[in-house]
Amino acid sequence: MANISVPSLTIGATPATLAAVTPRPPRRRTPWEWFATTGWRHLVGVAVCVVSVFPLLYVISTSLSANGTLTGSNQLFASITFENYVNLVTDPGRPFVRWWLNTLFVAGTTAVLSVFLCALAAYAFSRLRFSGRRAGLATIVISQMFPQFLGIVAIYLLLSTLGDAVPALGLNSLVGLIVVYLGGALGVNTFLMYGYFNTIPRELDEAAKIDGAGHARIFFTIILPLVGPILVVVGMLIYIATAGDFIIASVVLSDTQIQTAPVGLYGMISLFRNDNWGVFCAGAVLTALPVMILFLFTQKYIVTGLFAGSGK
Amino acid sequence: MTITAPQPTRRSRRSSNMQEAAPSGLVLVVKILLMAMVDGFGLFLLMAFIANAQIIVAVTVGVGLIAVNIVYFRRGGLAAKYIIPGLIFLVVFQIFVIAYTIYVSFTNFGFGHNIDKSSAVEQILSNSIDRVPGSDSYPVAVLTADGQLFLLATAPDGSAKLGSADSSLAPAPDAVFVGGKAQSVAGYTTLTLAELFQQQEAVTSLAVPLGDSVSDGFLKTADARNAYIYESTFIYSVPDDTMTDTATGAIYRDNGEGNFESADGLILQPGWKAMVGVENYATAMASTGQSEIFGVFVWTFVFAFMSMLLSFVAGTFFALVFNDPRLRGRRGYRVVMILPYAFPVFLSGLVWSGLLNQQYGFINQVLLGGADVPWLQDAMLARVTVILVSVWFGAPYFFLVCTGALQAIPDDIQQAARLDGASPWQLFRHIKLPLLLVSVSPLLIAAFAFSFNDFGTIFMLSGGGPSNPTSPIGAGATDILITVVYKLAFLPGQKDYGLASAFAVVIFIVVSAISLALFRKTKSLEEVY
Repeated sequence: MANISVPSLTIGATPATLAAVTPRPPRRRTPWEWFATTGWRHLVGVAVCVVSVFPLLYVISTSLSANGTLTGSNQLFASITFENYVNLVTDPGRPFVRWWLNTLFVAGTTAVLSVFLCALAAYAFSRLRFSGRRAGLATIVISQMFPQFLGIVAIYLLLSTLGDAVPALGLNSLVGLIVVYLGGALGVNTFLMYGYFNTIPRELDEAAKIDGAGHARIFFTIILPLVGPILVVVGMLIYIATAGDFIIASVVLSDTQIQTAPVGLYGMISLFRNDNWGVFCAGAVLTALPVMILFLFTQKYIVTGLFAGSGK
Repeated sequence: MTITAPQPTRRSRRSSNMQEAAPSGLVLVVKILLMAMVDGFGLFLLMAFIANAQIIVAVTVGVGLIAVNIVYFRRGGLAAKYIIPGLIFLVVFQIFVIAYTIYVSFTNFGFGHNIDKSSAVEQILSNSIDRVPGSDSYPVAVLTADGQLFLLATAPDGSAKLGSADSSLAPAPDAVFVGGKAQSVAGYTTLTLAELFQQQEAVTSLAVPLGDSVSDGFLKTADARNAYIYESTFIYSVPDDTMTDTATGAIYRDNGEGNFESADGLILQPGWKAMVGVENYATAMASTGQSEIFGVFVWTFVFAFMSMLLSFVAGTFFALVFNDPRLRGRRGYRVVMILPYAFPVFLSGLVWSGLLNQQYGFINQVLLGGADVPWLQDAMLARVTVILVSVWFGAPYFFLVCTGALQAIPDDIQQAARLDGASPWQLFRHIKLPLLLVSVSPLLIAAFAFSFNDFGTIFMLSGGGPSNPTSPIGAGATDILITVVYKLAFLPGQKDYGLASAFAVVIFIVVSAISLALFRKTKSLEEVY
């Protein structure tokens, strides 16, 4: 392919086809030619970047503004103070630090436990042969189509029933929320892991087996270290999804003291959007930051992962 | 969709039998310890549910616990040992939850209907008590212990009796009498006049049952000095299953929908949980002529489809624009462009709602120089706005995906087309787009399904508004099915779990049908490829 695009190597080609293959001779382009080939792309690029990044800059600007209202935040970066951040973390009526730590705890625990449950299942699907294996994989793929929050009414009723006897598994309990999230552990990411497990050569387990290792030893000491990258990626994906969940968390956690950041921040401005705007934006920055950093690390896998999970 | 898996060789089959050899000492100890923890926790749950008289839940826990023990202590069935931990959560919080949603959708469960029938009967009887005319007066003292109020009554026969809202009136032999009236009991504090004044409301609403049954009547006091016997003005007849109002003589019968209803259509509150058949679906499917509900369906489809389509078109366009090796700074553009997708959805919805605020928002005030565009206040404009904002964070995803897919298209095909004199448009239309669609169409389906249930965008951005006061289900112009489910079940004033579940079941059906149909189509596309 490369030899076609380099003119000097296409010896047999007529001048007409040469022109079709490479319309630009390798000389310095005029400004107009530059614009027609790459310049306009920069124009589109700049426009898209402005639209993409503007709302985010606006949030940062508002979080740093002295005037905490919606009206007062229209002059971007007119003043830079950390007043909103101070207000955010010191108001006992809305314990943002608690919310932030709750989010960390819920999303972190859910991610670690889900990855473990997921890896166990992926190991079974990848390495063991049993009846119902294909049906099981198909069920997992299908269950991806149904987000857990469709059953939100039943989740609420179930938790309120369980909570009557065991408060830790009921409403207004972070543990209860984590347990609910674990219900989605197998559905979404097992297939992604399964694909990765299949890329680990089976000869490795075979060799270990011959050396007398049992299935548990093979799983924990041979397979798990080798699939480390996918465990990290899946863990981050689950963290991002859990940390951004509003619908289930808002139904399970109604007590202000025990909410996660999405629920707390929403409650903060759902009634008085104008007044709390600056403080809300400060909260938004602090909430979004860890998630966005994780996201930029994993975006490559998000795309390829979705390809692997849904396409093939 | 096909699931490809490495075929098991004869050797691997033999070796999986080898895996099931007896575990070594340390492994066995760890396993027994873990199982002991699981069993301990399971037994704790079992006890808690039994103690709380939740027999169905307790039986479920018990059966589950036995199943887990069988799986881990029998030899063989290795796969189950690996799958069951995740499976338990999947079964309870995904599969059971779906089944339970379906069950609830056939009931009237919700506000005014969240208890069983016997509790409802009891509440109706105790809510409608009235003083029995000509009944004896009981001089009383109000006592307190552990934050609970008690009435110490001196019965007409001169004996002292003690009771609270939870414990029926019982003889109190150790009561201390002052002037022929029982005044105090050891272990309880008699309220002073000042304290009585403070707790006036609690004292006057206190009803001490005279016996175990509601029909035995209650002792109530209006002035904290004398109490009288109160009885329910309703009488419940067990054999007839009717409520009779003794004041008016009206008879209320079970109307089959979880309420007692009189011949003139009067309904007694509270009602109870009852099966109502397909009534919720009839409401949800607008068979009663409520066109707003049908409108929600149509809008949900329009929103999901437009959001997916425009995101895909925009993403593909950007991918084509930036997929030129001569373009400098492509990496920089790429990182900036995907930022909206990285920003948590609930936050971007809220931020855009601020930016688009009609009076104070940045868009109207600064960009449009003080214009008064009702971005989210006008019904039609609000629909356009939510679609555009959903494209704002949907397009970066398709940009990423399409960039990958475009780079995967073999160069030789494109070169061949160019040699044949294809224009850039022809190249795109006949080469790139078809190949792109083959690899991206499963993701288009996923994007459609996601947008169909894109609670975050709608709820945070417009809250489903602008609201429509005539809507029987409180749905606004931009409400999609899932926000209607949420509003019906959890917003104050509605709490109609039955109807909300019916909507959720409708979503289940729609999403399954669409994914099934589209996945079939994708498969045929793949065969063409």
